[in-house]
Amino acid sequence: MSEPRVDVRKTYKLFIGGAFPRSESGRSYVVESADGRFLANVAWASRKDVRDAVAAARAALPSWEGATAYNRGQVLYRVAELLEGRRDQFVGAIRDAEGASARHAARQVDAAIDRWVWYAGWADKVAQIAGSSNPVAGPYFNFSVPEPTGVIGLVAPQGSSLLGLVSVLAPAVAVGNVAVVVADERHPLPAVSLAEVLATSDVPGGVVNVLTGPQAELVPVLAAHRDVDGLDLAGATVELAAAAEAAGATNIKRISRRVAEDHEWGHDPGTARLLRFIETKTVWHPIGV
Amino acid sequence: MHTVEGSRAPAVAPRYLEAAGLDAAALRSSETRLARFLAGLPGVDQVGCDARAAALATRSIKTTAKLHAIELAVSMIDLTTLEGADTEGKVRHLCAKGAHPEPLDEAVPPVAAVCVYPDLVAVARAALRGTTVKVASVATAFPSGRASIAVKLQDVRDAVEAGADEVDMVIDRGAFLEGRVGAVLEEVVAVKAACGSAHLKVILETGELGTYDNVRRAAWLAMLGGADFVKTSTGKVAPAATLPVALVLLEAVRDFDAVTGRAVGVKVAGGIRTSKDAIRYLVVVNETTGPAWLSPHRFRIGASGLLNDLLRQRRKQLTGAYAGHDDLSLE
Amino acid sequence: MSALEDAPTSPERFEYAPAPESRAMLHLRSSYGLFIGGAFTDPIDGGALKTVSPSSEEVLAEVTLAGERDVDAAVTAARAAYEGGWGRLTGRQRAKYLFRIARLIQERSRELAVVETLDNGKPIRESRDVDVPLAAAHFFYYAGWADKLDHAGFGPAPRPLGVAGQVIPWNFPLLMAAWKLAPALAAGNTCVLKPAETTPLSALVLAEIIQQAELPAGAVNIVTGDGTTGAALVAHGGVDKVAFTGSTEVGRRIQETVAGTHKHLTLELGGKAANIVFADAALDQAVEGIVNGIFFNQGHVCCAGSRLLVEESVHETVVGLLKRRLSTLRLGDPMDKNTDIGAINSAEQLARIVALADSGEDEGAERWSPPCVLPERGWWFPPTVFTQVAPSLRIAREEIFGPVLSVLTFRTPDEAVERANNTTYGLSAGVWTEKGSRILAMADRLEAGVVWANTFNRFDPTSPFGGYKESGFGREGGRHGLAAYLDV
Repeated sequence: MSEPRVDVRKTYKLFIGGAFPRSESGRSYVVESADGRFLANVAWASRKDVRDAVAAARAALPSWEGATAYNRGQVLYRVAELLEGRRDQFVGAIRDAEGASARHAARQVDAAIDRWVWYAGWADKVAQIAGSSNPVAGPYFNFSVPEPTGVIGLVAPQGSSLLGLVSVLAPAVAVGNVAVVVADERHPLPAVSLAEVLATSDVPGGVVNVLTGPQAELVPVLAAHRDVDGLDLAGATVELAAAAEAAGATNIKRISRRVAEDHEWGHDPGTARLLRFIETKTVWHPIGV
Repeated sequence: MHTVEGSRAPAVAPRYLEAAGLDAAALRSSETRLARFLAGLPGVDQVGCDARAAALATRSIKTTAKLHAIELAVSMIDLTTLEGADTEGKVRHLCAKGAHPEPLDEAVPPVAAVCVYPDLVAVARAALRGTTVKVASVATAFPSGRASIAVKLQDVRDAVEAGADEVDMVIDRGAFLEGRVGAVLEEVVAVKAACGSAHLKVILETGELGTYDNVRRAAWLAMLGGADFVKTSTGKVAPAATLPVALVLLEAVRDFDAVTGRAVGVKVAGGIRTSKDAIRYLVVVNETTGPAWLSPHRFRIGASGLLNDLLRQRRKQLTGAYAGHDDLSLE
Repeated sequence: MSALEDAPTSPERFEYAPAPESRAMLHLRSSYGLFIGGAFTDPIDGGALKTVSPSSEEVLAEVTLAGERDVDAAVTAARAAYEGGWGRLTGRQRAKYLFRIARLIQERSRELAVVETLDNGKPIRESRDVDVPLAAAHFFYYAGWADKLDHAGFGPAPRPLGVAGQVIPWNFPLLMAAWKLAPALAAGNTCVLKPAETTPLSALVLAEIIQQAELPAGAVNIVTGDGTTGAALVAHGGVDKVAFTGSTEVGRRIQETVAGTHKHLTLELGGKAANIVFADAALDQAVEGIVNGIFFNQGHVCCAGSRLLVEESVHETVVGLLKRRLSTLRLGDPMDKNTDIGAINSAEQLARIVALADSGEDEGAERWSPPCVLPERGWWFPPTVFTQVAPSLRIAREEIFGPVLSVLTFRTPDEAVERANNTTYGLSAGVWTEKGSRILAMADRLEAGVVWANTFNRFDPTSPFGGYKESGFGREGGRHGLAAYLDV
């Protein structure tokens, strides 16, 4: 006799240091689909969660930036393999979140995966477009190399819950940064699903951390945090972005400003984001016997 | 003006020398130990050394300072003739010039020494009788040094017996480059013994040593062997003396003095033709080993044409006019 | 036993006679207006400032203190030039103008060196051999980029940003002006430059050079003044790009000011660089590097090697060699060609240096200077070395910006890196060792925008310069230097 199946509802938690803790505040908030259906209670991250995420990111930084670029590329490519395997899940998540048609959602997921693959392939090439040998006027060997900035706070684009997120996250980590992501506030589920993919991939714990919750609470904490080196305010509101940029001055954070809500994430991103959270180190050495 | 009460830098023996247990006898007894000691000396960064020398060359030495430097440089010259075609006449003329460089002004000091081949020492000695000018002789199969040790030592004895006050030997560069540093050291010791009371200058032939690191090591070999002076070059090979090489030698004698209390002199020879060059060397001496080395007892310049340029520049300083090319005797 | 027993016991010192550079080629006006729209003009709401020679306290000239309306006039002129006379030029045309400026700097180099030394207090040898030649070289280098932007790695047709508001410090006045103007102009921007309060003169001579080069009016505007002038420029709504070199404290305030605006920003701020000397270093050259690192330009260098980290096993040796070397440094009249250490730029800066140096003694470090005669007039500080310095002392952590070196020790390469990186600054670092793999390991791990290995304080227009962490962001020099002035 067939009974109507009671589905197992998913709990969406934070992703910090490779694990899925609940918010230490114990709070959660309701996420609805585009057409108003209840989707989930997601964790409402607190300032302490931000602190923990930053600490996890900082701890993960030495081995992620110290890995060979080839290794990072391999790790990121594997993430794309896993995303491909979960394509249908993400299509469903985007349909729920954005109310998109199946075709539109599928296009977004395909674009997101392809973009992830594109950035994976950049890992071992950035140094060749961003570095240089500099012909100084003297007997010195002089070269400039790009290095990752460090711990980056990323405010995910609001309204493009997967492709927008991938577009800001993948370039940052491909070059060796570690990230604390503040997910799309109204549509965080694709971000948390991405976190699950990361957790099952070879990406070391702490390299990417995902926090869900109101950006008005989370962004200022990140902005004022002196152990965060850079801030991508892509999805921040105008007021939050201005305040965050000013607060970020406390430790001279590298700021990438907000992007218009109607930004077309499908277009060719070029190399601007890839090179955004990069420091250039220039080394001199005499040439002599 | 007010004075900052600073303190003189204490003389600190470089630790690497103490650590090596600078015991000449022990170093002589084991070539391995000697080689390790030399390898343990600090390296010399070529670009940095060149840059320091170039910076010292920008010192502006004018007016009274220039005059003083010119006269000092004259007093430091080893007036040299080392040609196959040297004759008694040539040597006598050179000695006369060296003993009275400036006929118009007896205040100009004589040169420090005249430098000749061993078989002309007696001629020089006779010509310089009654003056303060020393007779220096090259020896040890100068300039190549490629002869048996017996021949080289006899060469030294000939010079000393003929009356040389100073002997300029050459080290065995072949042995040095082969790593037979013990042999190089032993030769210096043997020549020093053969010199008797004559002072020994040890020519390193820096142009053949290849690196400043080697120049430093060779200088230490010479000093450990008893050299009274370390000398850059025979003048027969290019590059001969350069400011950076002089700097390396001066640093070596400075360090040796700090450890042993023995002050070894430095002689630069070959390619020093103008007063400007000579004054630059004096600046390097002044700012490396200090004023204590600014005397013919501790610094010499091996040259021939330099003397006339110094005299010309001196006349220009005093009269304001540039000299004509025949104003001074060529020899 | 010395074979040279007859050496004199106290030979005469080799005194270098005074070798003063001549002021004859310098023709300073008694007063200068602002350089706006291609001409020197009187201020609208500004006042006047006297600029003095820090080595003698002599008043050199009177310059204008630009007020808010003057800044507005300058930005307006820059905007007009961006939309017209300069903005409509091709890259090739811009290049030609920049080449003209480079040549004129070379032609008037002696005059520029003299004015720089008089106004700043730095030795004439440094103005002549470093500041002025590098300034010309910067213009040459960026002139060559102006018509090649399509090939610079920023996409097919990178656009300039518009009007650049540029605020520069007093330590390398002409060179900092060149570092700002050359890339900005090459990329097609127009500029409003605000020189430092105490060193306006070389920028004003540069303005004359810009007139001689017949640059389109308003492409470059120079507004002299004080901190209020700079603040007005940074805050002006008509400025599209802010570039600042100065202290971290002011840089922070500027970043706060431009937050939430459309303005692009690059900052080049302070430093507390570690100069790391290993036991196997070429010691004599390392000592030269230490001396150059902290005493070049009286230590008024953001990238100065102000912390000497020396391997403990050679601490005594290196300090001994260093002290000996310091006794040959010549402090005095900056116009004398043999002077190594010139004057401190202002009474305020001197007071800061004195206070921090005193804190070093109070906190228990050992202070040493070579004997030194300081002139009566002017502002002077002798080269000073602190040993027995613990990493927690103020002199080990705070930027002094003067000729004061703090010496610390380390035991292993790991400890050296850790100690070197344990600062909020990250501008530069030095490494001295003869071991190649260690040089590269240190360079890899040091958190600094510039790593000098077996050398120090080397600059070149092709070489990107800038900081990590609170030493700022953005690079000046090289292809990277274009990014600051393009919309990328």
